[in-house]
Amino acid sequence: MFESFLLPVLRVSTPLILAALGGMWCERSGIVQIGLEGFILVGSFFGAVATLSTMNPFTGFLAAGLAGMVLSVLYGLVVLRYRSNQIVAGTAINLFAMGIPPFFSKIWYDSTGSTPPIPTAAQFQVAPLWITFAIVVLSFIIYHYSRFGLRLRFSGEHPEALQSAGVSVRLKRWQGILMSGFLAGLAGGTLSTYLSSSFIRNMSAGRGFIALAAVILGKWKPIPTVLACLLFGATEIAQIRLQGVVLWGTDPVPVQWIQILPYFITIVVLAGAVGRSNSPKALGNS
Amino acid sequence: MKYLLRSSLKSIAGVFLGLSLGLVVCYFAGESPLKVLKVLFQSSFGSGYDFGMTLFYTAPLLLTGLAVAIPFRAGLFNIGGEGQLLVGALGAAAAGVIGKDIHSPIVAILFATALAFLAGGIWGAIPGFLKAKRGSHEVITTIMMNFIAAGMTSYFTLYVIKDPDSSQAETIPLPAIFHLKPFAIFNGAPMGELIFVLIAIVVIIHYWLWNSVRGFELKAVGENEVAAETYGISKQKSWIFAMFLAGGLAGLVGVVEVLGNAHRFKLGFSADYGFVGIAVALLARGNILGIIPSALLFGILQKGSGSLDLETEKVTRDLAYIIQGLIILGVAAEGLYERKRVKRV
Repeated sequence: MFESFLLPVLRVSTPLILAALGGMWCERSGIVQIGLEGFILVGSFFGAVATLSTMNPFTGFLAAGLAGMVLSVLYGLVVLRYRSNQIVAGTAINLFAMGIPPFFSKIWYDSTGSTPPIPTAAQFQVAPLWITFAIVVLSFIIYHYSRFGLRLRFSGEHPEALQSAGVSVRLKRWQGILMSGFLAGLAGGTLSTYLSSSFIRNMSAGRGFIALAAVILGKWKPIPTVLACLLFGATEIAQIRLQGVVLWGTDPVPVQWIQILPYFITIVVLAGAVGRSNSPKALGNS
Repeated sequence: MKYLLRSSLKSIAGVFLGLSLGLVVCYFAGESPLKVLKVLFQSSFGSGYDFGMTLFYTAPLLLTGLAVAIPFRAGLFNIGGEGQLLVGALGAAAAGVIGKDIHSPIVAILFATALAFLAGGIWGAIPGFLKAKRGSHEVITTIMMNFIAAGMTSYFTLYVIKDPDSSQAETIPLPAIFHLKPFAIFNGAPMGELIFVLIAIVVIIHYWLWNSVRGFELKAVGENEVAAETYGISKQKSWIFAMFLAGGLAGLVGVVEVLGNAHRFKLGFSADYGFVGIAVALLARGNILGIIPSALLFGILQKGSGSLDLETEKVTRDLAYIIQGLIILGVAAEGLYERKRVKRV
């Protein structure tokens, strides 16, 4: 059971968990984050590139996080400093990010958007699982028991109150954005250096949006968010396992229906069918 | 008028900023920016065929631009253009199967158009309905609806109306009476009278928005929900209607692609038209007529970048994504164009 189902679920859930926690921190600070997809994409590309050039997956992993963070600086600048609409800027970041890997892969590898395979010696075994576990525990503690977490949450819930307490709301929002960039970048790193052994075109494949869905389903709280990611990870595995399997009748199970399950669940939750969805009160108002 | 002038100046500045940053990037890649510009220009206007293709890429953007701009007027953000156009295109492809006994070309084309509009419209109306009745945020629901549309259309293409004679993921081809004829001067580029129809649609929507009761109500809700409600205008109705219209128009991309070009639904045909539509509407700054030049600009970028793979050494067609992203950021970053920096939290 562990080897055949639980471990694969944990594995495919790691990128979702990392990206979702990043999204959670950013949205908690009051900034809408639909650019996760873009951060994941550049993270997975630069993660593979750094692993290939240093032959060390840990530097690759770190580079993935930093790459996501650099892109999030652009997002932060446009949104916080130049007051762009957050949804527009997030969409722009996603489009922009789609052009980045092919651009560099053409120069460095003369390919249109993939990297050469990473040799087995430079691949991760289980480390990202433990790193993700540590980040989950840390997020939980920071969220519930630290002054930093409390202040960051306040900046999305009641920014005026935070401001009058002499804490910079803008700083908290910058921190939220950078955390989302770094964590979503790491999520990308797990895709190219842990779950597979090279970067391929459009590797993020919608995971940024699934992560966003998990944040909503998890009501912007760390543990429920992680559980939502595990649920979505399980549907991903189920979908792979059921490919071509005949359960009833004569035709194989249409995996498309399982594929759309996470999105469908999110809509049902948003429609208020499963309790209220309590988004941060000041989310997006800036 | 002064406002119009200032806002179009901002758009032009944003385009200029995005394009020049994109070209600077080319320079660092070791490619001459002038050459890239020349390739972009030549590839989009170089011949009758090239110009026809540019219009072919522009046409869907007129529709997806409207699909963002109309709900925006009602205060909603429609990120769902991509899903709505997929469902609409599937509707157009299904028209060939359902209406295989139709013998008149006009009836056939109108039937397929209606089906595409209705399919996209219903797909768009769902998030509108959820917003109106349940308060579900339309940005998230439309994003999720995009993925559901992708899964659903792929299911229909692979299992329900799959072309048994093709090894590719595509639906049964439409009978010949459903095909739209392209102009001869375009030398085979799949674009004909349709482009005039689409431009007319943009103009009609513009006049409708400014000269009809429905259009007035829609704008009133977008400007000030509370005032509109006090005045007796139902914001729920306006939201659902705006999203239905937006989805329907995005669905008409199916007419451009399925009736005009592929004559069937092919998985993955859309060049992110739904998302680029956001850029188109943004660049037009809420001015419906502004969608025409704005869509043309992105059409040029789309067509022109296709030649970068062959014509240049160091950059690929994916440069279009970088430039599109930068243009959106350049136009959306309001603060860039203010002399006095506003102090705020």
